[in-house]
Amino acid sequence: MVRKRNEDVVVFTQNTTIEATESNQTAPRLLRELVAHLRQNRTPLREEWVRRITEAQLLTAMSKPEIFAEATSVYDSYVVALETGTFEALQNYARSLSERIIPRGVETHEVIGIVLLLRDVLARSLFAKYQGNFEELNRILDAYEPAANRIANTVAVGFVQERERIIRQQQEAIRELSTPVLPVRERLLILPIIGVMDPQRARQLTEQLLHGIRTNRAKVVVIDTTGVAAMDGTVANHLVLTVQASRLLGATVIVTGLSPEIAQTLVTIGVDLNKMNTAGDLQGGIEQAERLLGYKVIPIAEAS
Amino acid sequence: MEVPILKQGSYLIATVQGALTDADLLELRAALLERVVRMRSQGVILDLTALDVMDSFASRTIREIADMIRLRGAATVIVGIQPEVAFAMVQLGLTLEEVTTALDLEEGLAYLNQKSKEARI
Repeated sequence: MVRKRNEDVVVFTQNTTIEATESNQTAPRLLRELVAHLRQNRTPLREEWVRRITEAQLLTAMSKPEIFAEATSVYDSYVVALETGTFEALQNYARSLSERIIPRGVETHEVIGIVLLLRDVLARSLFAKYQGNFEELNRILDAYEPAANRIANTVAVGFVQERERIIRQQQEAIRELSTPVLPVRERLLILPIIGVMDPQRARQLTEQLLHGIRTNRAKVVVIDTTGVAAMDGTVANHLVLTVQASRLLGATVIVTGLSPEIAQTLVTIGVDLNKMNTAGDLQGGIEQAERLLGYKVIPIAEAS
Repeated sequence: MEVPILKQGSYLIATVQGALTDADLLELRAALLERVVRMRSQGVILDLTALDVMDSFASRTIREIADMIRLRGAATVIVGIQPEVAFAMVQLGLTLEEVTTALDLEEGLAYLNQKSKEARI
């Protein structure tokens, strides 16, 4: 809140007890008057607000009746917040609203835009009501503006927080999905890597692989990088460390599907390639792994 | 902390029980090298399951132990390195390049059995 409450300003500048008590009474009175005004003009103000929203082409992802329904709820919680001075209800409403509209692609600027529009619409109605009495208008704006700003702030912050929460949740889900360690045969693990590798993902991959080797008692691991277009030096280096650490656990690693770009990176950072088993594609890697484990896969016809 | 060395058939098994000082490592080296010939062992298993830190001295000593045991006519397998220890080691460049490693005691024994079988052929 940037502006001071009305009574604080009066007490501070005029420092007389009579003035102070007087304005202590005026501030709630003004707020009550304001709330009554907003309740009385609920329908026209809401309609005006929705009209402005449509005009400004905000919330294009939603249909008009939907906008009207949401606008009504926002309007009512807005008035309640003004009346009671408590923002929890509005905060909760803002959060549930965000939860509903974020999946439909509503953007931050739209949410902030509509809240500011409501503020403008209400302010204009106040101008219209008190146009004959400038002093009264000033006082009522003193009461209205801090509350309105705080409401706008609450809704916008609620929306952004909800959005960030969703993003975090999705990142978490992607991370969990992104590095599965799959046992394909006894003592043989496959680790397909898909997508962009960043240092954090690389660390997680190493951790999962090393623990996977222990829990599955793996002897051979095939790391398939077909789904990775490129990796930077740090991540490539990490991959090499992972290969070496796996060997310390007694497992042989075969890296398959290295793209030309990754091959270039590995050569550039000067990896000792003798220490790395590689195969062109996943199939070659699995064949090599089977040889290491002593399996021989033959067609049934040949076996019988 | 002294490292107990057990004889199991034609193999020696040294199981580290906890953190090792440099002196402990040197003592372990001396004991293993002495016994490997005295007991006519073909292989030595060094079990590091209980070890949660590995410094460069320990890593170098282990490599030396393996090299020296080879010169004394036996094979060495390091088993039971913890995942976290393994990654910390490679980050410090301690990769135990020339030393055979295995997941645990069972794997280590399997490796030595395989090796002596090959030797007999």
